[in-house]
Amino acid sequence: MTTNSATTTATPATKGMSRQTLFVGVLLALGLIAPFAVYPVFLMKGLCFALFAAAFNLLLGYVGLLSFGHAMFFGWSAYITAHAAKEWGLTPEIAVLLGTFCAAGMGAVVGWLAIRRQGIYFAMITLALAQLMYFVALQAPFTHGEDGIQGVPRGHLFGLIDLNETMNMYYFVFGVFVLALFFLYRVINSPFGQVLKAIRDNEPRAISLGYQVHRYKLIAFVISAGLSGMAGSVKSLVFQLASLTDVHWHASGEVVLMTLLGGVGTIFGPTAGAYLVVTIQNYFATLGSWVTIIQGVIFVVCVLAFRSGIVGVLRPLLKKRGIEA
Amino acid sequence: MMTLFGIPAAALFGQLLLGLINGAFYAVLSLGLALIFGLLNIINFSHGAQYMVGAFVAWLGLTYLGANYWVALILAPLVVAAVGVVLERTMLSRLYKLDHLYGLLLTFGLALIIEGVFRNLYGISGIPYAVPKELAGGWNLGFMYLPIYRAWVVIASLVLCVGTWLLIEKTKLGAYLRAATENPALVQAMGINVPIMITLTYGFGVALAAFAGVLAAPIYSVNPLMGSNLIIVVFAVVVIGGMGSIMGSIVTGFMLGLLEGLTKVIYPEAASTVIFMVMVVVLLIKPAGLFGKGA
Repeated sequence: MTTNSATTTATPATKGMSRQTLFVGVLLALGLIAPFAVYPVFLMKGLCFALFAAAFNLLLGYVGLLSFGHAMFFGWSAYITAHAAKEWGLTPEIAVLLGTFCAAGMGAVVGWLAIRRQGIYFAMITLALAQLMYFVALQAPFTHGEDGIQGVPRGHLFGLIDLNETMNMYYFVFGVFVLALFFLYRVINSPFGQVLKAIRDNEPRAISLGYQVHRYKLIAFVISAGLSGMAGSVKSLVFQLASLTDVHWHASGEVVLMTLLGGVGTIFGPTAGAYLVVTIQNYFATLGSWVTIIQGVIFVVCVLAFRSGIVGVLRPLLKKRGIEA
Repeated sequence: MMTLFGIPAAALFGQLLLGLINGAFYAVLSLGLALIFGLLNIINFSHGAQYMVGAFVAWLGLTYLGANYWVALILAPLVVAAVGVVLERTMLSRLYKLDHLYGLLLTFGLALIIEGVFRNLYGISGIPYAVPKELAGGWNLGFMYLPIYRAWVVIASLVLCVGTWLLIEKTKLGAYLRAATENPALVQAMGINVPIMITLTYGFGVALAAFAGVLAAPIYSVNPLMGSNLIIVVFAVVVIGGMGSIMGSIVTGFMLGLLEGLTKVIYPEAASTVIFMVMVVVLLIKPAGLFGKGA
């Protein structure tokens, strides 16, 4: 019986594998040719937020933890990278890595505090800690308060490739995004990722099976914070600016919205959600607070009627064709 | 000039009074949050927006209807409660069977909509609201000058908090409410209409926020963003106090307000962050919160 089912599933699985490869290949190719058709700075902004949302999704989608304070990692690593590139003259890759590691370190402290409480309290604690870090950013001298760190040099990647060239910058951002997303994919599909899903679905059972639930949650939180930081670091190089906008609770809300709209717990959902939200921001930017109202409406609609998100809705259709989204 | 610990006494007491007033708002808002959480199991993220709407109803009433402060004090909570009841019936009630986090996300979306609409209409610069003439002026207490309106805010909030506490702990209605918080299915089986109780609790909780908004209008100017920063501090207050006890929310709110006022005198740079730091310390020592039970 078991061998039977194994052999019957084997063929679609291998066939599915090639379809999956094809699907990812098409997406990669689209990403590579996109800057020739679409304004590259818009694409880069989308990629930064897509990475941010994907990192956030690791927590919400695969561990079931809603952090309402992820802007602190995003915004603070932007400050650190901007400061390192501008004041210390570090090369972009080192500055980005520095921002990423600082965010991961911050994530270790914040996660260690926040996982002491669950569910709704977890969300409130992360929000409150992010607000604390917002006020620190507002008052610390090196962040330059309301002005932010302006005129951040993009520099030369590895001291060789000039990132002031828009296309070079785009492919750098795209490369970082692809690597980070691949890393997340591997984490989710590793034995570690399976334990995370077990904790999400039934935490008491995971504990009774002998898993150190707190340790797993903390590691997931650190990874999520670190990659959020990477997104913020890259964004500060793209826009040559690190400002209070990115540490504000509004940014924390936006990343939740992107993930929810794209599909919580899907691999490509956050990317889709991020591009949609960034598009809305760009189109309605001149209309001031209408962006906020529209975002609020999307939140309400998603929660009431569209909880699986865009990719969540498409997923069964794609699965039939052997594609995991 | 009289000084205490090297600080001018008038400045010290002035800041402590302002702290007490902030504490009153923390107490009233966290009380409403705790009530709503107890029965609905959701954290009402739009609480800050509803506080802001309360202040705006007062200002709009005065400007367009000529309704004075005392009318606003009744009118604003009623209006906000009515809207709250509609929101609960049409939206929140669909989420009770789902993960609690969806309630948080929905009310966050509602907060964004409400704030966005008011920002569109009235901009982000505050609109002044005059202190009612019955409460204008102040008393010179010798060691400090006490504006009557500020004393009124503290007293009114205290009365409101204690009244709510009495309502919940000492009346039959309160007993039903506490029972429904523990076990809604059982209370429903006893023939008590729990869905209506849930709706009214939400209405009452947000009415408290609106009342606080009217109290705040003459002190802080009426501003579409006045609620969003406050609500995050109130979340920290709720984490510190734990939502298990009504009296706990009240005491924690007032104490943290005082602490914030004191910090403003001693080390002003930390005034905006001190409550969050207290939260960190409480999480380290007593993760369930000062008055909380369990995790």
